[in-house]
Amino acid sequence: MAVQSTFKNMSLCLLVICLVCSGLLAGVYALTKEPIDAAAKAKNEAAIMEVLPETAVTVEEERTVEFEGASYTYNLAYDEVGNTVGCAINVAPVGFGGPIAIKVGFDVNGVIWNTKVLSQAETPGLGAKCVEPSFSSQFKGFDPAAKKLAVKKDGGDVDAITASTITSRAYTDGLALAVKVFQAIAQTPMPLNE
Amino acid sequence: MGKLQHITKGLVKENPTFVLLLGMCPTLATTTSAINGMSMGLATMFVLILSNIVISAIAAYIPDKVRIPAYIVVIATFVTLLQFVMQAYVPDVYETLGLFIPLIVVNCIVLGRAEAFANKNSVVDSALDGIGIGLGFTMSLTLLGLVREILGSGSAFGFKFIEGDGILAFVLAPGAFLALGYLIVIFKKLTSKKAE
Repeated sequence: MAVQSTFKNMSLCLLVICLVCSGLLAGVYALTKEPIDAAAKAKNEAAIMEVLPETAVTVEEERTVEFEGASYTYNLAYDEVGNTVGCAINVAPVGFGGPIAIKVGFDVNGVIWNTKVLSQAETPGLGAKCVEPSFSSQFKGFDPAAKKLAVKKDGGDVDAITASTITSRAYTDGLALAVKVFQAIAQTPMPLNE
Repeated sequence: MGKLQHITKGLVKENPTFVLLLGMCPTLATTTSAINGMSMGLATMFVLILSNIVISAIAAYIPDKVRIPAYIVVIATFVTLLQFVMQAYVPDVYETLGLFIPLIVVNCIVLGRAEAFANKNSVVDSALDGIGIGLGFTMSLTLLGLVREILGSGSAFGFKFIEGDGILAFVLAPGAFLALGYLIVIFKKLTSKKAE
């Protein structure tokens, strides 16, 4: 096999390989950047539409809001005539296996329309069930003014996932936080009903 | 050795999972369902074939002492390419496998075939070896994923045939070891009978 190893040819060989590889990667990165961004954007918009009332047709650019020292991103959505129909807020409470990224959709009255998990690393078969309708559908139309956002074990109105109290608590806390963020957004001069 | 044998040996005689016991990290981690196992197997096969081809082509020009870093750079490049392409054109598959794709770089099978086969053999033979070992790996991962999915979630390839949950432990890490262990036993039993 192969060539005698000298300092010169070893360095040269690695240099050439690295140059070729990084050139190739840069090329493919440039080629795939657009489709990747488009896919991420489409996915985000699909998620927003999913958590907001069906009357929403246009989604506005992402905005940020400051709340208790942290900043949160949200999107407003409008119907055909330009009335605000709702607001989708991103929260990421920490669950059992790391942050659970959730998109929470509110209608203009502050009632939770729907929620969607964007990414999670909970235990498969246990906490990962938070993405399934059996758990998440109970938040459809959840009115935080009428019901308490906490798991039943803590005296609230949310059915926890069996054997996954930590995940259920995190999810519920995330939603409670989103409710507060929504109220903060509603109070800002940028009104929901413009 | 015939050309065909380069492919068939990967399936049984040198099956990477059940006989060589290589690449255990992705094997145990990704086989929570049959589909996940199969996708991981196919992704690894893609990298394995390409890296085998390139490494067998350039092996003669690489000084002996830096061959491992050179191979790793080649393998890492293909893995990253795969990652970009998957992210761009099949975002759904990327979503499920995302975390494990970078792990292909450190998969012993890929580097192992580069070191044990590709750098001593022709480009065509190395490509065939990549196909064979890749198919063996895909087959094993699909099988292991299927067993764990049936026992753990009561479904096969996503189709549920039992209501409710299965034996949860099989979807979690301990079940991976158990299922793999029993599959190796069965595999050894079957192949040793054949040899007699």
